[in-house]
Amino acid sequence: MKFDTPATNNPIDQLKVVGKPTNRIDGPLKTTGTAPYAYERHDVVPNQAYGYVVGSAIAKGKIDSIDLKEAKAAPGVLAVVTAASAEMLGKGDFNTAKLLGGPEIQHYHQAIALVVAESFEQARAAAALVRVQYTRAKGNFDLATSLDGAVKPPAVFGTEPDSRFGDFDAAFASAPVKLDARYTTPDHSHAMMEPHASIASWDGDRLTLWTSNQMIAWSAGDVAKTLGIAKDKVRLVSPYIGGGFGGKLFVRSDAILAALGAKAAGRPVKVALPRPLMINNTTHRPATIQRIRLGATTDGKLTAIGHESWSGDLKGGGPETAVGQTRLLYAAPNRMTAMRLAVLDLPEGNAMRAPGEAPGLMALEIAIDEMAEKLGMDPVAFRVLNDTQVDPEKPERPFSQRRLNECLSIGAEKFGWKDRNPKPGLARDGRWLVGTGVAAAFRNNINEKSAARVRLDRNGLVIVETDMTDIGTGSYTIIAQTAAEMLGVPLTQVEVRLGDSLFPVSAGSGGQWGANSSTAGVYAACAQLRTAIVEKLGLDPADAVFEKGRVRLGGKSVALAKAAGGGEIVAEDLMEYGDLAQRFQQSTFGAHFVEAAVDAATGEIRIRRMLAVCAAGRILNPKAARSQVIGAMTMGAGAALMEELAVDKRFGFFVNHDLAGYEVPVHADIPSQEVIFLDEVDPTTSPMKAKGVGELGICGVAAAVANAVYHATGIRVRNYPVTLDKLLDKLPDVA
Amino acid sequence: MAIPEEFPISRRGLLAGGAVSVAAVSAAGSPDARAAVEKAPSRPPTARVAFHVNNTAHELELDTRTTLLDALREHLRLTGTKKGCDHGQCGACTVIVDGRRINSCLSLAVMHDGDKITTIEGLGLPGNLHPMQQAFVEHDGYQCGYCTPGQICSAVAVLEEIKAGIPSHVTADLSDPPSVTRPELRERMSGNICRCGAYSNIVDAIVDVAGVKA
Repeated sequence: MKFDTPATNNPIDQLKVVGKPTNRIDGPLKTTGTAPYAYERHDVVPNQAYGYVVGSAIAKGKIDSIDLKEAKAAPGVLAVVTAASAEMLGKGDFNTAKLLGGPEIQHYHQAIALVVAESFEQARAAAALVRVQYTRAKGNFDLATSLDGAVKPPAVFGTEPDSRFGDFDAAFASAPVKLDARYTTPDHSHAMMEPHASIASWDGDRLTLWTSNQMIAWSAGDVAKTLGIAKDKVRLVSPYIGGGFGGKLFVRSDAILAALGAKAAGRPVKVALPRPLMINNTTHRPATIQRIRLGATTDGKLTAIGHESWSGDLKGGGPETAVGQTRLLYAAPNRMTAMRLAVLDLPEGNAMRAPGEAPGLMALEIAIDEMAEKLGMDPVAFRVLNDTQVDPEKPERPFSQRRLNECLSIGAEKFGWKDRNPKPGLARDGRWLVGTGVAAAFRNNINEKSAARVRLDRNGLVIVETDMTDIGTGSYTIIAQTAAEMLGVPLTQVEVRLGDSLFPVSAGSGGQWGANSSTAGVYAACAQLRTAIVEKLGLDPADAVFEKGRVRLGGKSVALAKAAGGGEIVAEDLMEYGDLAQRFQQSTFGAHFVEAAVDAATGEIRIRRMLAVCAAGRILNPKAARSQVIGAMTMGAGAALMEELAVDKRFGFFVNHDLAGYEVPVHADIPSQEVIFLDEVDPTTSPMKAKGVGELGICGVAAAVANAVYHATGIRVRNYPVTLDKLLDKLPDVA
Repeated sequence: MAIPEEFPISRRGLLAGGAVSVAAVSAAGSPDARAAVEKAPSRPPTARVAFHVNNTAHELELDTRTTLLDALREHLRLTGTKKGCDHGQCGACTVIVDGRRINSCLSLAVMHDGDKITTIEGLGLPGNLHPMQQAFVEHDGYQCGYCTPGQICSAVAVLEEIKAGIPSHVTADLSDPPSVTRPELRERMSGNICRCGAYSNIVDAIVDVAGVKA
C-alpha cells in the first residue's frame, strides 16, 4: 500500500481499541520475569558454551603480540578467537570501527579476543590470562583543542551540515538586542539495563543469532557483511530487548564474537558484554561544543538565529547533528547553522535517543531563556511570539500540524506559571532556593517503510508477524490494538510475533519512527486480509464491516473463525510513502516545565515537579505513550544534572565506564511526573494519523531543568551537567 | 603530547590515571594472578550447596566462584532474575533471601546453604500474578522489562521493611515507626535503576499495593 494522499476516514478512526490506555499485552511476561531476553534462551538450542570478551587496553596503536598459551590451557577453555584466528572480517555498513580489533586498535576496549569455555566462570578467568603486548600510538582525545582541525562533514541522512537563509551576519550585527554564547554538552552513554548479548548457533553454513537488537533487517545485513556470508544464511531473533535508546541499533561485538566463537568451538556460544566493557566498547552520544547567536528587535521579534556545533568521532564517523531543530523551531528572517566534525580517537560516537535534538535543545533552549531575560520578556511569551507555522528556510512549505504555542500555554496554565516572579534567586523555601524553568520540545516525525504478515486461523485468532522490535516502547500492544481495530476482534484474540528476521521487514525501532510506521505496515496487511476474507466468502469487500469477531455485509454475518474454516487465511503487505513528508514539515512538539530547588549552602539540586505537554498526532495508546514521555523526561533530567562520560585525555577512554561511575537518575532523583497529550490527528503521516513520542519527551527537558536552576539561583551554567561544583562559589553567602 | 612507553608513576598521575592502570592490568594480568594460575589445579574447586528456591529444594555442585545470580540463571534456569551489571550497581538481580532483599550478583551461591530464596517467579506467574506484579501492569511501572523483576522483588521487600520498623536515610524521626510515603519509597528503591525511567509509575504501583494515600 502506498500512502501518498492525506488519510480520510478509515477503520482506525473507530477508536474502539486504538487510542485506549490499554495495559501492555506483554505485561504479565515482563512482570514475572518470563519474557525471554537474548542471553536467557536455554530453550532454543542445547549445549551452549560461554564466551567472554577481552577489550583493548590501549585507545590507539597496534597489537604486537597476543600470547594465548595460558588462556588456552586454563580449565574448561574450548576456543579462543582473535582477529588473527578469525577469517577475514568485514565491517558492517552501520559500524564505524571494526567489531574485532587487531592488529590495528581503533579505540579503547575495542574487542580483541573472545575466550570460550564450558562455564562463565571459566571463560572469565581464562580471559584474564590473555597476554597482550601493544604499541601505543598518539591519539586525539580532546574535542575542545580539536576545533581548528574540524571539517565540514558530508550530509547525514540527507541533512546538509550547513544552512543559510537571508543575511545572518548583517542582521545579527545590526540587531538591537543580541546574545552570543557558548554551550557544551558532554559525552553520554545509553546505559540500557540489559547488556548487549547474543547466542550464536551454526547449522552448517546457516547462522542463527538470538540477540538484543533494535533493527533486525539492518543488523542481519551487517552480520552477513561482517562475516562474509550471504544475508539469507543469517537469522536474527530478538523478541525482547532490555532497553536500547539507540545503543542497539547496530550489530555489536557480542553478536560477531558469539558467531566466531560458536564456529571455533563447534557448538552454540553465548556472549554478554560485561558492564564495565560496554561504555568504551560500544557507541555513545558524542559531546558537543555549540555557539548560539540570537538577534532580536526590542519588542522581542527574533531577526537573526545562528547555531554552530562542533563534535568529534572516529575517522569515517559522523557529526552529532545538534543544529537540526534550529532550522525549524523559531521564526526569523535571517538564519545560519553549521556543523563541524573533528577526528577523535575515542570510542565510536553514534545515535542516542533523539540524536541531534537532545544536545541541540540543551543549548538552544538555554539561549532562548537568556534572550528572553535580556528582552525583559517572559520566556513562555517570548517563545509564543516567535512561533512559525511554516518551514522558516522554505516558507512555502507548511508544517502539517504545529501546536507548540498551545503546548506552552496549556502547560503554563497547568503548572501555575503566572505566579512566577521573573527575577531569579528570590524564591526561598527554608534552606532551598526554588525556581521554575520552561523549554520547548521539538523532534521531527519520520516515516519508514514497514511490512507485516497477518494470519487468520481456524479459531478466529489473528496472528501478526513483523520483524518490528519492542524495546520497551509498547510495540506489541499498539500493533495488537491496530490489528484488533482493523479486524473487529478483541485484543485477546490477537497474537503478535516480533523481532525475527524470518518475518516481513519493518521500520524497526529508532528515530521515534517505530510506532506510526510499524502500525501503518500492520494496517496495510490487515487491509489485505480484510479483502482476502471477504473474497473467500464471495462478497464485495467495499461495504464489509468487521466487528465483534464477525464480518458483516448487508444482511449476511459470518464469524471470522468460520471464514477461515477451510484453512488459514494469510495476507502480507508493505506500507510505503509518497511525498507528503516533503510537501509538509511533519514534526512533534512539546513544552517542558520544571521546578527545581537548590540547597543554598551546598548547591545540591533537587527536581520537585516536572510537566510535559505534547502534541504528537494520534496517541495510539496513552498509557504506553505517557510512559515513553516520562522515561524520556527522566533521561533528560540525567543529562541536566549528572550524566557525563569523563574523558581521560591522556590515554583516550571514558573513565567512568560502569553504572557506579556513570550516574543515571535513580528513584530518589525523580518526582511524580505529569504528561498532557493534546488531542490531535495528523492525516499526512499515515492512515494511523500518528507520530512518534519516544524521543520528543527528552527534547528540551535538560534545558528546562537548567533554566529552573538559573531561576532558583541566578547562576547561569552553560556547561552540562549542571552540578553543584558549578554553583558553589556563586551561591549567596551562608549566614 | 608525548606518549610514554610506560605509565609515568607520580602520585598525581597514579591518582588521576588509576582506572587506566586497573584496566590495563585486567587485560594483561598481574604478576600475582600469574603466580596463582601456575599453581591452579586443572579443575576449578567445586562445592555442594543446598537451598530452597521458591519453596523447591535444590542441591547443586557448583564452581565456588558461581554467584547466586548465575546459580539461579544458568544452573536452575530461573532467568527471571536479571544480570544488568554483575557488580551490585543496578539492582536488576534483586532476590529475597530469608525475607531480606539482596543483590544476588554480589553473593556467592555457596554462601546460601540452607537459605530460603524467593525470585520473581516465586512471587507469581502469568495467570496468577502477585499483587505487586499486577500493580506494575496496571500502572505501567516498566517499559523494556529488564529491571522489572528486581524492582518488584525490591518493592515487595521494601513494604516489609517499613512494616518491620526499619528506618531509612530519609526517615525524619528514628523514634517513630517509618510510614509508607513517596520519599521513603523513592529512597528505599534507589538501588534499583530503571533506565527507561518508569520511576514515577513504579512508585504509584507500590503506593497502590500498600493501600495508603501517599
